[in-house]
Amino acid sequence: MTATAPQAQSPATQPDLPPTNAATPPTRVRRESPRRRGRVPRAFYWMVVPAVVIFFGLHTIPVLTGMFFSFTNYAGYGNWSLVGLSNYINLFQDSRVLNSYGFTFFFAIVSTILVNVIALAIALGLNANIKFRTAFRGIFFIPYVLAILIIGYVFNYLFANSLPSIAEGLGLPAGNLLADPSFAWVGIVITTVWQAAAFNIILYLAGLQTIPGELYEAAAIDGAQTWRRFRSITFPLIGAYFTINMVLSFKSFLQVFDQIVALTNGGPGTSTESIAMVIYRGGFQGGEYGYQMANAVVYLFVIILVSFIQLRFLQRREATI
Amino acid sequence: MSATTTETRSVTTAHHSAREHRNRRPVLATLSGGNGGTNWWLTALIAVCSLTVLIPLYFTIITALKSPDQLGGTGFELPTSIRWENFADAYELTNFPRALLNTALITVGAVVLTLVTNSLVAYAIARNMHRKFFKGLYFYFLAAIFVPFPIIMLPVVKETALLGLDTPVGLVLLYTVYGLSFNIFIFTAYINSIPIELEEAARMDGAGTWGVFWKVVFPLLAPMNATVGILTCVWAWNDFLLPLVILSDPSAQTLPLAQYVFQGQFNTNYTVAFASYLMALAPLLVVYIVAQKWVVSGVMRGSVK
Repeated sequence: MTATAPQAQSPATQPDLPPTNAATPPTRVRRESPRRRGRVPRAFYWMVVPAVVIFFGLHTIPVLTGMFFSFTNYAGYGNWSLVGLSNYINLFQDSRVLNSYGFTFFFAIVSTILVNVIALAIALGLNANIKFRTAFRGIFFIPYVLAILIIGYVFNYLFANSLPSIAEGLGLPAGNLLADPSFAWVGIVITTVWQAAAFNIILYLAGLQTIPGELYEAAAIDGAQTWRRFRSITFPLIGAYFTINMVLSFKSFLQVFDQIVALTNGGPGTSTESIAMVIYRGGFQGGEYGYQMANAVVYLFVIILVSFIQLRFLQRREATI
Repeated sequence: MSATTTETRSVTTAHHSAREHRNRRPVLATLSGGNGGTNWWLTALIAVCSLTVLIPLYFTIITALKSPDQLGGTGFELPTSIRWENFADAYELTNFPRALLNTALITVGAVVLTLVTNSLVAYAIARNMHRKFFKGLYFYFLAAIFVPFPIIMLPVVKETALLGLDTPVGLVLLYTVYGLSFNIFIFTAYINSIPIELEEAARMDGAGTWGVFWKVVFPLLAPMNATVGILTCVWAWNDFLLPLVILSDPSAQTLPLAQYVFQGQFNTNYTVAFASYLMALAPLLVVYIVAQKWVVSGVMRGSVK
C-alpha cells in the first residue's frame, strides 16, 4: 500500500512549529475520556467484532493454515502427510529459491535507493521557487495512477524495439536489454523507479512543506550554503519521512511481481524470478503448495526482520543528526 | 541560532497562518536560487525531468494510433495516418466494456465498503484505546502491515474457492479486509485529533453511539475519507495479483487482468495491444487530470498526519 509518517515523530507535532495542515483540527491533546469510569457502550463492540471475525477469517486463518501446510507435502490437491522440517531444509538447497532471494534483495535495495534519492531530489526542486509548480507536481504524480502491469508492457516494447533502434542509430551495441540475463534487472529497476517515484515525491513534498521558511532565513543569516542547509535543516526535519519511505518502499519492492510478469516473466531463464513469483508458480502451477508455503513463511520472517533492522538503524541515525 | 532568528520567526508566524504555508516558500526559494524571483534554471531542470514521465505516455498514445506498417524505426515518430480501428479491435478482442464494468464495480464497491467499515472500526478503537481489548485489537490489526501478501496468497485462494468468494464480491471483501490495517492506522490518528466534546454534546442531545458516529464523527472524517478513498480506488483499480489468483470466472476479468490474459492474442499486433493498454489506463488518468489538485492534496494529507 502506501506510506504515512508515524505521527509520533512527525515534524508536524513539534510544538514550536505552526500546524501545517489546514484540514487538521488544531487540538492534538489527548484528553482523558470521561467514559473511562463507565461501562463501554455495547455499540462499540458491535462496531469492531464483525470486522475482527472477518479479518481473522480472511487474513489470520490463511496465515495460520499456510504455516501448518508448510510442514506437509501437500501438492495443492489430493492427499498429504506431515513431513516435519524437510520443506525448510530443502529450501536452503534449492538454487532456484536461493536465486530468487538474491535477485529480489538486490532489486529491492537498488530500487529503494534510487526511488528515494530521485524522489527527494525532485521534491526539493518542486518545493523551490519554480514556475508552473502545480502543473509539474501534477505531471510527476501521473505514474501513481497507472497500473504497473500495463506500464510494464509499454516499457517492454520500449526496451525490446525502440531502445535497440536508437542505440543502433548512435552506433552503440544494439540488443534487447530484457533478453540479456545479466542486464534484464536494469529494465525492471527503470520501470519500477518510473512508477514508484511518483508516490514518494508527493510524500517528500508533504514533508518539505512542514518546514518553516524562517529556518532557512536564519541559516542564510548564519551564512549557510545550499548543501549545508540541506544537511543541517531539510534532511533532519524530514527524517521521519525518509525513514518511513525507506522502510515501506523496501517492503513493497520485496514483494515485486506485476512488472516482472510484464517485462521478463522471470527470464531469461530464471534470472529475474522474484520470491513472490516463485511462490506463485510453484504453489499454483508446480504442485508445490506445502513447499512454497515453507518458502512463504521464511519470506515472512525475513520481511519482519528486515523491517525491524531498518527501523532501528534509520531511527537511530535520525536522532543523532 | 541568534536572537534575530527568534525574532524573525515570531514575526513571520504572526503573519502567516497555518493555511498560508505556501507563502513561506518564496523565502526558501530566494535563498536557494535567484534574487527573489523565479528560479528559471531549476524550472528548466524540472521540466527536463518531467519529460521522463511524459515520453512513455506520448509513446503509448502514438503507438495506439498507428497502423502496424508505421511501427519501424525508433517508434517515436508521429503517426503519418491514424488508424482508429485499433481501438475498435481492442474493444472487441478484450471485451472491453465487460472488463471496464467489472473493474468499476469492484473499485466502487471496495471504496464504499472500506470507507464505511474501516472508519467505524477505527472510531471504536480510537475512543477506547485505554481499554485492553481495543488496544489489543489495534496492535493485532497493525501487525498485519508486516505480513506480505504472498504468504496469504496460496491459502486464501483455497479458502475463497471454498466459500464461493472467488468472485468480484469476494474481491471487494478482500480489498476491504486487507486495507484495514493501514486505514486504521491513519483513521485513528485523525480521530484522536477530533475534540471529544463534540461527541459529548451530541450525546447530551440524546444521540446513541451509532448516532454520534454517523451524524458527528463520520462527517468530520471527510478529509481522511477522501485520502483513504483515493488510495483504495487506485489500489483496487490497478491491482493485478489479487484478481489473477482469486477470480475464477473469465467473464469477471478486470482491466489489468485482461491485458495479461490477452497478451497471447495480441501476439505481434502491437498497435492493437497499445490501444488496449491506453483504454485500460485512460479512465483513471482522466479522473486524475480532472481532479488532480484534489487527488494530490488528498494523498499528501495522508502522509502529514
